[in-house]
Amino acid sequence: MKMHDVVIIGAGPAGLSAAIQCRTYDLSVVVIDEFPKAGGRLLGQLHEEPNGEWWNGIKESNLLIEEAENLKTDIRLGVSVHHVERLENHYVVHTNTEHVAAKTVLIATGAAESAAPIPGWTLPGVMSIGAAQVMTNVHRVSVGEKGIVVGVNVLSAAIARELQLAGVDLHSMALPATNVVSEDQSNPRAVMERLVRIAHLAPSKFIQFGSKFATFEFVRNIALNFYPKDGIKMWDMPIHLRKAIKEINGTDRVESVTMVDVTPDGDIIRNTERTIEVDFVCIAGGLYPLGELAAVVGCPFEYNEALGGHVPIHNEAMETPIDGVYVAGNITGIESAKVAREQGKVAGLSIVKALTDNAEVAEKVDAAITNVQQTRDEATIQFHPEINEGRATISASFEQLIK
Amino acid sequence: MTKRIIDHPVLGTIENERTVTFTFDGKTYEGYERDTIASALLANDVRTIRRHEATGNPRSIYCNIGHCFECRCTVNDVSNIRACLTLIEENMVVKSGDVQPDPLNPNNEGPLPRTYEEYAERKAGDTDENA
Ligand SMILES: Cc1cc2nc3c(=O)[nH]c(=O)nc-3n(C[C@H](O)[C@H](O)[C@H](O)COP(=O)(O)OP(=O)(O)OC[C@H]3O[C@@H](n4cnc5c(N)ncnc54)[C@H](O)[C@@H]3O)c2cc1C
Ligand code: FES
Repeated sequence: MKMHDVVIIGAGPAGLSAAIQCRTYDLSVVVIDEFPKAGGRLLGQLHEEPNGEWWNGIKESNLLIEEAENLKTDIRLGVSVHHVERLENHYVVHTNTEHVAAKTVLIATGAAESAAPIPGWTLPGVMSIGAAQVMTNVHRVSVGEKGIVVGVNVLSAAIARELQLAGVDLHSMALPATNVVSEDQSNPRAVMERLVRIAHLAPSKFIQFGSKFATFEFVRNIALNFYPKDGIKMWDMPIHLRKAIKEINGTDRVESVTMVDVTPDGDIIRNTERTIEVDFVCIAGGLYPLGELAAVVGCPFEYNEALGGHVPIHNEAMETPIDGVYVAGNITGIESAKVAREQGKVAGLSIVKALTDNAEVAEKVDAAITNVQQTRDEATIQFHPEINEGRATISASFEQLIK
Repeated sequence: MTKRIIDHPVLGTIENERTVTFTFDGKTYEGYERDTIASALLANDVRTIRRHEATGNPRSIYCNIGHCFECRCTVNDVSNIRACLTLIEENMVVKSGDVQPDPLNPNNEGPLPRTYEEYAERKAGDTDENA
């Protein structure tokens, strides 16, 4: 088996930009991704930035792919990694087609969507909001004639807009009705609180949506108590915080949903059921870091709400406590693709630093770390208001561990 | 009926896509060269990709990016392939997942042979048909 310098798992913005750094210093690199096209979740993204320019994920991905290809990077697509084995002084990455050996491993597997199950959610035509994003913007197939978005958060609002842009008709956005698994996704107060605290960092129209509720709690309470029956419109689409979807109906595919009114605390108001005809439903339960492979190789984890869930412990240089294992991108916490890309650069340079004795690289790592923070501060899309605190906690945990 | 988004105000127009022909449960469909099985089927308005192994309920894609395994199907005789990650190829043979026999439920034996004799019998039948 050939011994590579690094195997990078995930060809999203983090993995690709790490690969570019490693190849710039001529390391032998293998990038593995199970999706048939490189770019990760960046591929589906399409946001209008506050300055009116479009963040076009396909274009951004192509820039990274081109740069990686110019550096003759070995990118293997359609290959799934299911195990990372730690041996004496190297790693073996197990995939569905081959085993790849390397001195170091970078795990850049990104994020996954949390489910917000409601009765009927296994019917064909029900999908996660991210599924609709990829179908619409990457595959260019319409997910249906008329749909509804269940779950109100920054990501679902952004993607609802993307569906609209592509000419896909949406009835509205509403909350999932309270059930044993829905947690605070069904609580209008919690949902509004999160929207307001994040609104100033979200795509342009969302700012106006968020600012309607102001930051004072009593204003928010009034807003929820007198929430308009027709919802508050964003891009002409009603967003409901006092209506929830209780059930999805149909025999062989989605035919309708049952909508109910809810109190400001999310309790269902009796006898308010009505049926809305739709042929698809997008469920938006939020994102969490996809960390299994880091767990398999033995990385310690920490639950960190601001970062989106359980994350492998790591430092700002993207090192984990396990020698030779690095992480970058959304596996370290849910943030925008721009942040993931900068983190990838840090990880790539850290690997170069560890494997070569090139004095200039150490300085470059530090500069790249500064860049990550700057990109975070300037982010136009943010998933959690306490991201900086979350980052500080995880770095502290790393220091604690290696002491 | 095609459900393609041909024109897009920001992403532009799709033009000159090469088409690829494949079969799903014996029926022939066309998709574009860069389609996954899932996107090609949806473009043809086919939503159900498999039947639940125990209940027989229809299932389709859920995550569309390889995480949930809801879209598993059989491709060129290899089972449990994720339709959302697999590109279509010319003459690819795709089959939806079937109900499986349930050892705890005698009413649900599914389509699989129960004994070796039954298997051999069916196999012989298959070859006769193909001959
Ligand atoms: C469905 C979804 C939609 C999103 N939409 C937006 C959005 O609109 N705007 C926004 O700012 N952010 C969005 N995000 C957040 C997104 O995670 C970041 O913007 C960014 O793409 C993260 O980059 P990354 O490189 O860390 O991971 P990703 O871009 O997710 O790339 C990770 C790659 O790793 C691959 N991979 C994972 N596990 C394996 C394995 N076991 N074997 C092989 N390959 C594997 C995946 O196929 C993927 O290509 C979305 C996230 C998800 C999950
Ligand atoms: S739809 Fe989730 S794995 Fe294919």
